[in-house]
Amino acid sequence: MQKSVSIEQPVMDNMQPAKSIMVQSSKDTDFEFTGTVGNIAAANPRMVTRNVDVFYGEKQAIFDVSLDIGTNEVIAMIGPSGCGKSTFIRCLNRMNDTIESCKVSGEIRLDDKSIYRKKQDVVQLRARVGMVFQKPNPFPKSVYDNVAYGVRIHGLASNKMELEEIVVSSLRRAGLWDEVKDRLDAPGTSLSGGQQQRLCIARTIAVNPEVILMDEPCSALDPIATARIEELIDELRENYTIAIVTHSMQQAARVSQRTAYFHLGYLVEVGETSQVFTNPAHKLTEDYITGRFG
Amino acid sequence: MPVSNLLLVILGLTAIAYYLGLRRSIRVAGAKGVRSLESLPSYYGLLTAVWCAVPALLVMLVWISAQDAVISNLVLAQLPADYSHMSPAQLTLVLNDIKNIAGQNIENATSSDAIKAAAEHYLSLQRIGLASMSVVVLSLAMLLTALLWKIIHPKLQARQQFEFIIKVFFLLSSLLAILTTVGIVLSVLFESIRFFHLVPISEFLFGLDWSPQIAIRADQQAASGAFGAVPLFVGTLLVSAIAMFVAVPIGLMSAIYLSEYADRKLRSIFKPMLEVLAGIPTVVYGVFAALTVAPFLRQFGESMGLDVASESALAAGLVMGIMIVPFVSSLSDDVINAVPQSLRDGAYSLGATQSETIRQVIIPAALPGIVGGILLAISRAIGETMIVVMAAGLSARLTLNPLEAVTTVTVQIVTLLVGDQEFDSAKTLAAFALGLMLFVVTLALNVIALHVVRRYREQYE
Ligand SMILES: Nc1ncnc2c1ncn2[C@@H]1O[C@H](COP(=O)(O)OP(=O)(O)OP(=O)(O)O)[C@@H](O)[C@H]1O
Ligand SMILES: [Mg+2]
Repeated sequence: MQKSVSIEQPVMDNMQPAKSIMVQSSKDTDFEFTGTVGNIAAANPRMVTRNVDVFYGEKQAIFDVSLDIGTNEVIAMIGPSGCGKSTFIRCLNRMNDTIESCKVSGEIRLDDKSIYRKKQDVVQLRARVGMVFQKPNPFPKSVYDNVAYGVRIHGLASNKMELEEIVVSSLRRAGLWDEVKDRLDAPGTSLSGGQQQRLCIARTIAVNPEVILMDEPCSALDPIATARIEELIDELRENYTIAIVTHSMQQAARVSQRTAYFHLGYLVEVGETSQVFTNPAHKLTEDYITGRFG
Repeated sequence: MPVSNLLLVILGLTAIAYYLGLRRSIRVAGAKGVRSLESLPSYYGLLTAVWCAVPALLVMLVWISAQDAVISNLVLAQLPADYSHMSPAQLTLVLNDIKNIAGQNIENATSSDAIKAAAEHYLSLQRIGLASMSVVVLSLAMLLTALLWKIIHPKLQARQQFEFIIKVFFLLSSLLAILTTVGIVLSVLFESIRFFHLVPISEFLFGLDWSPQIAIRADQQAASGAFGAVPLFVGTLLVSAIAMFVAVPIGLMSAIYLSEYADRKLRSIFKPMLEVLAGIPTVVYGVFAALTVAPFLRQFGESMGLDVASESALAAGLVMGIMIVPFVSSLSDDVINAVPQSLRDGAYSLGATQSETIRQVIIPAALPGIVGGILLAISRAIGETMIVVMAAGLSARLTLNPLEAVTTVTVQIVTLLVGDQEFDSAKTLAAFALGLMLFVVTLALNVIALHVVRRYREQYE
C-alpha cells in the first residue's frame, strides 16, 4: 500500500485489486465517526463554524461540523458526491434559508458575529459573502446586465462609465471578456455552459464580496478556462477569503491552503492541503484521494 | 335480432376471435416456440379481434343509417296511385303518419286503409332489413376472423399492423374534433358572406349606428335596419378594458403573493379558494352584477352627484374582472413557479432583497408567460356573454363613458337570435357576422398568446 501520493496525480494504479475490499469497508454501517481529525482552527479566522447540524426535513445532511475559514485563505472542500459539501457551504451565506424544509443549528460566525442571530440582515450578509453555484444560473438578461445587476442594486458605481469599467474588469478577470466583448447585449442564457459558469463568477466578483463561496466553479470548464479561474482564485486570495468545493484533487491541491474532507455529512479530516494530500491522517481521506472511493 | 343483441354477439365473437388468433399464432409457431413469431401471440389475437369487430361495426353503422331512407322510398312507391302526384312536402307528412302508426301501433281513426297497409308494409320491411343486416354483419365478422386465422403465420407482423390500426383510430378521433371546428368556422363564414351581400362589409365594420330592427312587413316604420357594428366593438372593448383593469393587478399581485411570499400552508388554502372563483357559473356572476353591483354603483354615483345608468359598463366590467382574476392569477402563478429556483438563488446570493429579486429577476423572467396569460384572459373577457347580457345593457350607444349602458358583440348575438326568426333575414345573418368577428379576434389573441407562452417555455427547457 502506498502511503504518500504525489500531488499532481492521485495514484490510480495498484487500485483494481484493492477496490472491492475498500468499497465494502466504507459502507455506511461500517463508518463510525469519532471526531474530526486535524486542526479545525485557522490562525486568523474570518468565519467560524461550531457544531453545525443541517436537516432537510427529517433527514440530517450535516452532522456536528466545526471548521474555521481563515482570512485570505482558500479552503477546499472535497468528498464524495452527496456528502454535504454544497449543503455546508450554503450555510455560510444562509442560502439554505430559501429551502423551506432546511433547518440549520449550531454556531456560524462571520467576523465574530453570528450570522444566524436575529438582528442579522441576510441581504447584507449575502452582499458580504458571495456565492458561485454548482449549476450556472445566469439571469435571462443580457451578458452586460447580468454582471451589472449586483453592482446596480448595491449602488457600487456612481455613473455609467464606472459601471462599465466594473463590468469589463469583472468579465476580464473571469476570463470571459474575449469571448463576449462583441455580444454584451446577447442574453446570458445564450452562452455555452462553461461561458455561463464564468459569467456567474464575473457577476459574483463584480459586487466585491469579502468572502466568496464557490461550489464546483470549474465543473463545466475546459482546462484553459479552469486555469484562468484558478489564477483568478489565487489573485482574489490576496484580498478575499474563499471556500471552494471541488471534485478535482489536482485543483484542490493547486489553489487551496487548507483542505477539508467530508464524508456522509461528517467533517472527517481537515488540515494543511500539502499534509492532507501527501499524508492523510484518516483512512477514509486516504481512500478518497487515492481514488479508491467516491 | 335487435341491434343491442347484435352488438353483444359481435362483442362475443370478438373475444372468440382474439382467442382464436392467439391460439393460432402459437400453433403456427410450432416447436420453434413463440420467440420465432414476428410479434407476441397476444398481438395476433388483437389483430384478429380488430378485423372481426371493426368492419362488422362499420357495416352495421352504414346499414342502420341508410336503411330508413331505403325502406321509406320502397313504402312510398307501393302507395296507391292517388298518392303519386303529391308534392314532396305532403309525402313527408304521409310518411310521418305511416311511421307513427308503425312505431306506436296506435290506431289513428283518421288514417285511411292505404296508410295502414303501408304501415304494415313498413314494419315488415324493417324486420327484413334488421334480419338481413344481422346475417350480413355476423357473417362478415366470422368470415374475416376465419380469413385472419388462415393468414396468420410466423412472419405476419401482427404488432406493426395492430399498432397501425390503432394509430389510424387516434388520427380519426383528432380529425373528428378538427373537422367539427372547421365545419363551424366554415358555416359561420358562409353565413357571414351572405350577410355581407345584404349589408356592405364597410358599413358593418365602420358604421356608427346599430339598430337591427328589420320590418316584417314592408309598410312598417323603420323598414331598414342599420348594421354599423362600431358601437358594439367599442362597448366590448370598454367592458373588457374595465375587466382587465380589475383582473390584471389583482390577479398578478395575488399570484406573486402566493408564489413568493405565502408559506406552503397558506398557499394550500388560498390557491384552491381562488380557483373556486373560476368555478362559479357566469350566470351567477351576472345576477350578482345586475342585482348587487349595478344598484350599488347607481346609489354610490347618486350620492356623488353622478348619473349612473342602472345597467352600466362599469358594473359588468367590474364583475367580469373578478371573474377573470383566477385566470390571470393561476396562469401567472404557474409561470412564476416555473422560474427556476436557481435564478432566485442567484439574485439572493448577490445580496438582492426579496422585492428586488421579484421585480428585477422573477417578473422579467416570467413576463412572456404572464403576457400570454393576460392575452388568454382578454380573449375570455371578449367572449364572455352572460354577465354583459344581464348587466351591461342592450342599447347600442357609441360611448366611452363607463357609467352608461353599453352593449357588446356577444349581447347582440344573443338578442338577434332570441325569439322567432326568419332564417335568411339580415337580422339573423348579422349574428353570424358578429360571431365571425368575435372568432377572428379571439383566435388571433389565442395564437399570439400561445406563441408567446411557447417561446417562454423553450427558454427553460
Ligand atoms: N433540497 C434538498 N432537500 C432534501 N435533501 C437534500 C436537498 N439538497 C441536498 N439534499 C441531501 O443532502 C445531502 C447532501 O447533499 P449536497 O448537495 O450537499 O451534496 P454534495 O456534497 O454537494 O454533492 P455533489 O458533490 O454531488 O454536489 C444529499 O444526501 C442530498 O440528497
Ligand atoms: Mg454539491
